[in-house]
Amino acid sequence: MSRQKQQKNRQEPCCCDSSFIPIEISPSHLNQPAPLAEKLPFAVGTLRAGDRIIPQVSTTLTTTDKLGSWKARWKIGRMNYRIPPGLYAVGNPSSESPVLVSANYKMSFDRLRSELGFLDAWILVLDTKGINVWCAAGKGTFGTDEIVRMIDVSGLKEIVTHRKLILPQLGAPGVSAHDVAKRSGFKVRYGPVRASDIRNFLENGMKATPEMRRVRFGFVDRIVLTPTELIGAFKYALPAAVILFALSGLGPGFYSFNRMMTYGLTSVILLLGSVFSGALLAPAFLPWLPAKSFSGKGALIGAAILLLAGWHYFNTPGDFRNWIDVAAWIGIVPATTSFLAMNFTGSSTYTSLSGVLKEMRIAIPLQIGATGIGLVLWIVARFV
Amino acid sequence: MFGLKYLPDVTTLQLDKDKCTGCTVCTIVCPHSVFTIEDKIADIVNRDACMECGACAENCPEEAITVRTGVGCAYGIIMGAIKGTEPTCDCSSSSSSCC
Repeated sequence: MSRQKQQKNRQEPCCCDSSFIPIEISPSHLNQPAPLAEKLPFAVGTLRAGDRIIPQVSTTLTTTDKLGSWKARWKIGRMNYRIPPGLYAVGNPSSESPVLVSANYKMSFDRLRSELGFLDAWILVLDTKGINVWCAAGKGTFGTDEIVRMIDVSGLKEIVTHRKLILPQLGAPGVSAHDVAKRSGFKVRYGPVRASDIRNFLENGMKATPEMRRVRFGFVDRIVLTPTELIGAFKYALPAAVILFALSGLGPGFYSFNRMMTYGLTSVILLLGSVFSGALLAPAFLPWLPAKSFSGKGALIGAAILLLAGWHYFNTPGDFRNWIDVAAWIGIVPATTSFLAMNFTGSSTYTSLSGVLKEMRIAIPLQIGATGIGLVLWIVARFV
Repeated sequence: MFGLKYLPDVTTLQLDKDKCTGCTVCTIVCPHSVFTIEDKIADIVNRDACMECGACAENCPEEAITVRTGVGCAYGIIMGAIKGTEPTCDCSSSSSSCC
């Protein structure tokens, strides 16, 4: 069923296709025809295990791999940044080597293999539809059913003699370890959250420290997510800015090019500044913004911009049409930054559904109200 | 974590201590150290850190833990409301989105 869907999708023209690895995503194909391994850019060779041919993958990332990650962060080809599911080898694994389970989002797979230079192991890549481990676990595609299926399809039982799987801890929301054991005979061990801790985990007798079990959300973790936020936001903000710029020429009498250049520029700067701040500064300063809700954090960023804008109005009142124009932005700016910061809940590592619902019930009406009033005032300000 | 604490008193996480056998799997899978083992039985010690990911409930062999899971994602909730489905992150999925 899902394979039919994929094939159907493949035939439709899609602009994401450029970075797609042109191989049939089918586990049964992956381990049979030898030439396939040669088509995988990250394969360094092949291994024979029973009647199967397993691609042996590199543990160092090339410039192309890194560029691919960078592009995915900027939403370029991200929907198809995937590798074929199936069994892979790092080093020269034997029938006793550990089996690590991963997702078929290439960035997840790259993270894992780049940390395994010290090891001979198998990597069992699930078909998570090109989604990373944690998100896929939330959806259930990184899940019990898929693990049991892939154990079967890959012929893992004939390739290894032990019956143990090492899963990334963040796969746990989709997996019932006890059900996997019941249905496949494989015992699940949850490894650390981060691939970079795998070596320590294995060398400590498969024990993770509490620190390895905890998800972080440090400055760098947050910053790498902001390009996606910015691209998503500017898709709407740029057309909106163009419209505001054009409308800025409106006013009593004729349409005025001068007005457009003066007030239009102010409007564009304030709007795009708000979008930039909500999508980039709010995530960057997240822990230091004194509010618990993301919408509140965003509104505070908006307030800071308003202070700057107010100071500017005080010094150069001519850049605003009148005080109503200023009042309009008192509504629009914090509503915009609040909304965008609220959207960052989806990228954060610690917000709950209940919490997000709670803050949205309060924030959404305020954001809509403030934007609505702001836009009306903005139009009114053109004509008085 | 630094200043990264979300709203208090919102999580739907429930632990039925009578069912718990102290297997410790919840302390292993939780990404926010919500659980600890006290007197060989699980206990919730960091309740407000719960993000309702459901890893604990999914992996509890005794079904002693319940939680309403879902994406803590405003965009997903909005899209869910518009499409009339459950909140879902559409940061994904070959079938539903193409650019």
